[in-house]
Amino acid sequence: MHSNRKPGSSFRKTLHTFINVLPIIIGMLLLTSLAVTLFPKQIATKLFGNGEFLDSLLGAALGSIAAGHPLASYLLGGELLDGGVDLAAVSALMVTWITVGVVQLPAEAMMLGGRFAVIRNSINFFAAVAIAFLTVNTLTLLGLA
Amino acid sequence: MAGKQGRRARGSWWFLTAVLTLYVLLGLGDPQAASMALDFFSRVMGQVLPVLGLVFILLLVADLVLDEKRIKRHLGSESGLRGWLAAVLGGVLSVGPVYAWYAALAEMRDKGMRSALIAAFLYSRALKLPLLPLLVHYFGLAYTLVLSLYLLLFAVISGALVERLTARRG
Repeated sequence: MHSNRKPGSSFRKTLHTFINVLPIIIGMLLLTSLAVTLFPKQIATKLFGNGEFLDSLLGAALGSIAAGHPLASYLLGGELLDGGVDLAAVSALMVTWITVGVVQLPAEAMMLGGRFAVIRNSINFFAAVAIAFLTVNTLTLLGLA
Repeated sequence: MAGKQGRRARGSWWFLTAVLTLYVLLGLGDPQAASMALDFFSRVMGQVLPVLGLVFILLLVADLVLDEKRIKRHLGSESGLRGWLAAVLGGVLSVGPVYAWYAALAEMRDKGMRSALIAAFLYSRALKLPLLPLLVHYFGLAYTLVLSLYLLLFAVISGALVERLTARRG
C-alpha cells in the first residue's frame, strides 16, 4: 500500500489501463451507433396507448435499450408527450435512458462484474417506474400537474 | 489484482472483436445500415475524443492521489454519510459517457470502494446539471425539481439495494 506513487510509474500504469479500456469505449460507441441507426424515433411513438402502467413499463423498456446523449431522451420525451403519451411513461423512458444500459451491459459486466451489472440494471429498471409514478403523483398532490 | 486486470484487458479486446464481427455480418446483410452506423460512429467519436483525454487525466490523478488507505477511509465500508455524499455528488458532477467511468470505478473498487457507492455514483449521473435548463424548458420547473429530488433519493436506495443483493451470495 503506497501513499504516493512516482509520477513516471503512475503514467505508465495509467497508459496501460487506458489502452485496455479503449477497445471497450470504441466497441460501445460502435454498438450505440448501431442501436441508434436501427431504431428510429418514429417507431417509438406508435408503440404507446396501452394504459398508464403498461405504457410506463414500455417507456422504461425503450429507455433501457436506447443509447445516446441524455438530451436525445428529453427531445424524444417532449415529442412523445406532445403526441399524447402519458407523462409517467415519458418519465420512465427518460430515467431508464440514463440509469439502465442494456447496450452497455457487456462492458459494465466486464469491468464491474456480471452479477453487479445485472442486479444494478434490474433494480434501476423498477426504480425508474417507481420514480415515474411518484413524480406524477407528487405533482398531482401538489396541484402542479 | 493483476490477474483481474489481465482478464479485463483480454475481455475488452474480445468485446471489440465481437462488435466488429457484428458490423461485418450487418455489412454483408444490409450494407446501407452498416454504412449509416459507421457514419454516426465517426461523428460521435469526434465528440468523445476530448472526453477520452479527460478520462486519461482522471485515471492518472486517481492513481497518483487515491491510494487504498485514502479510498477505504473516504469511500470504503467505514465512510458513512460522507461516502454517500461524495458518491452522489461525484455522479452528478461527472461528465462523459458512462462506460468511460467503468475502468476508474473498477480500479477504485479494487482499492476498497464500496459497491453501494459505485451504484449510487452511476445512478446519480441521471441528474445532469448542464441539461437542467433544457428539462425545465420541456417539462416545467416543478416537474424538474420533483424528478431531481426522487433521482437523488433513489441513487441512495439503488446503491444500498445493489450492495445488499450482490453481497448475499458472494
